Amino acid sequence: MASLKPSISLVEPAQTPSIDALPKRLVVDAQNVSLTFDTADGKVEALSNVSLQVAEREFVSFIGPSGCGKTTMLRVIADLQQPTSGTLLVNGMSAEQARLARSYGYVFQAPALFPWRSIEKNLKLPLEIMGYSEHEQRQRVQQYLALVNLTGFERKFPWQLSGGMQQRVSIARALSFDPDMLLMDEPFGALDEIVRDHLNEQLLQLWRTTGKTVLFVTHSIPEAVFLSTKIVVMSPRPGRIIDIIDCDFPADRSLEIRETPEFLKIAQRVRTGLRAGHSYDE
Amino acid sequence: MTSSSLALPAPRSRSLARHPLVERYAPIVMTVLALVAIWYVAAVAMNWSLVRDGFEREETPYAVSDIVAGTMEAERPLLPAPHQIALNFFDTVFGYPPLAPRSLVYHSLVTLSATLLGFLLGTFLGVVLALMIVHSRVLARSLLPWIICSQMVPILALAPIFIVVLGALGLQGLLPKSIISAYLCFFPIAIGMVTGLTSPDPLQIELMRTWSATPRQILWKLRWPAAVPFLFASLKVAITISLIGAIVAELPTGAEAGIGARLLAGSYYGQTVQLWSALVASAVLSWGLISIIALIERAVNRSMGAR
Repeated sequence: MASLKPSISLVEPAQTPSIDALPKRLVVDAQNVSLTFDTADGKVEALSNVSLQVAEREFVSFIGPSGCGKTTMLRVIADLQQPTSGTLLVNGMSAEQARLARSYGYVFQAPALFPWRSIEKNLKLPLEIMGYSEHEQRQRVQQYLALVNLTGFERKFPWQLSGGMQQRVSIARALSFDPDMLLMDEPFGALDEIVRDHLNEQLLQLWRTTGKTVLFVTHSIPEAVFLSTKIVVMSPRPGRIIDIIDCDFPADRSLEIRETPEFLKIAQRVRTGLRAGHSYDE
Repeated sequence: MTSSSLALPAPRSRSLARHPLVERYAPIVMTVLALVAIWYVAAVAMNWSLVRDGFEREETPYAVSDIVAGTMEAERPLLPAPHQIALNFFDTVFGYPPLAPRSLVYHSLVTLSATLLGFLLGTFLGVVLALMIVHSRVLARSLLPWIICSQMVPILALAPIFIVVLGALGLQGLLPKSIISAYLCFFPIAIGMVTGLTSPDPLQIELMRTWSATPRQILWKLRWPAAVPFLFASLKVAITISLIGAIVAELPTGAEAGIGARLLAGSYYGQTVQLWSALVASAVLSWGLISIIALIERAVNRSMGAR
């Protein structure tokens, strides 16, 4: 298991000292989390004794073949699914408390924009639900549309935007209420490679400027290595973690880094891990 | 130059046939004309023996052409010719002041008021039922069978019972008719809205969950807007059904006014022309009502980003 990097706190959270103010705050602390589904074909172990710690400001990628439980892990952290056993703390609370405290923004593979709402109103949706003032809503829409380079698209409807643009809106929507954490489930999986590269660069910059903790599910090794400070390699049947790899590329890296030996070395380690965990007996 | 001036007339004569309006409406006009022609043929065939028997009873000599002419202007034909219906329709619509008891406008307004009130009641009931069904499994199981059963009893059998019961409660006139109309039209609304309210993508519902939205927020910000297209489809069905309900409700009451009363009187006295023109009035009414809903639908769709 890799050791946790101490989180660099450039910005001190303006709050009274509390348990949260510990030097390296854990955003996710999972101990022996297991989740078993009862399906028509019998029990399926989606997660088996998964233990994982994520400190704030980390960018953690989950990679592995289908059925390895990477999406399930994200959904358990988001309290969209409940583990069968084990303990899980999110922001020092139970997953449900963390959800109710709006600790995270979730980005699905599909943008899941509401087709009857303009882009502006789609961005406002979580803010409306959380009871922000009209003034605050307008201000945040502008701020976060600018963050994903979509200023000027306020009055458009989702169908008038390309897939990549829609996914950027959905990222802006997930960030709009300023959660500590961004959970992303293959957000660029449905996009072509060129758009994906571009969005990877944008996401990296977003992560750098906002200082969020990002948990990112992907199928793509280069994407995982390029984006992450930590790569969690998972394997199916039962879903488990087989390797955790630390990456420490400079924060202002560009796509060219993918040609460097360091990059290829880490990619190779991920690939080896994936191969080791994969039984080719399907 | 000469070639162009010579070539000019030809495209112009062709352009009439290719005119967008002609291209668009010619097929429709042709179809309607064909239907009218078939109707005339049918009118001749169906009224033939009636007219011939008339001649024979009066022992007047007649030719085939006399019979054909007779079938076009019989007083109580089995099947009135289109022009007879049209004449009667325009006569009863424009020939009297709109509120005179002989005016078809008056009768239509009487039925229309019951239709609209019944439509409002039925839409309200249908939406409320759908909300209850969507939000509670227990209610879904206990209500749905009754809702479906309610539509399996013929309304013609139920209508007199309603009228009698409501009459005993002191309700007369507009309200009993509206209740029968509502009884018919709540059904498509309830069924359509149950489908509509459950139509959101599971992803969208999970998204609301990640924001810890309350059930009420999920209803108003997700389920309701997602159900709007289903609502309008149901409303179009419901408005015609509520018109039918209002007309049917006028039959057993022996109502003095309304399209149903005209139909009843027409069939009592064999006034087939009057009967048919009352049918035309109800068709015009329901076409108008559906058009209004379609207009509202278009405006709502535009505001909801329809492409």
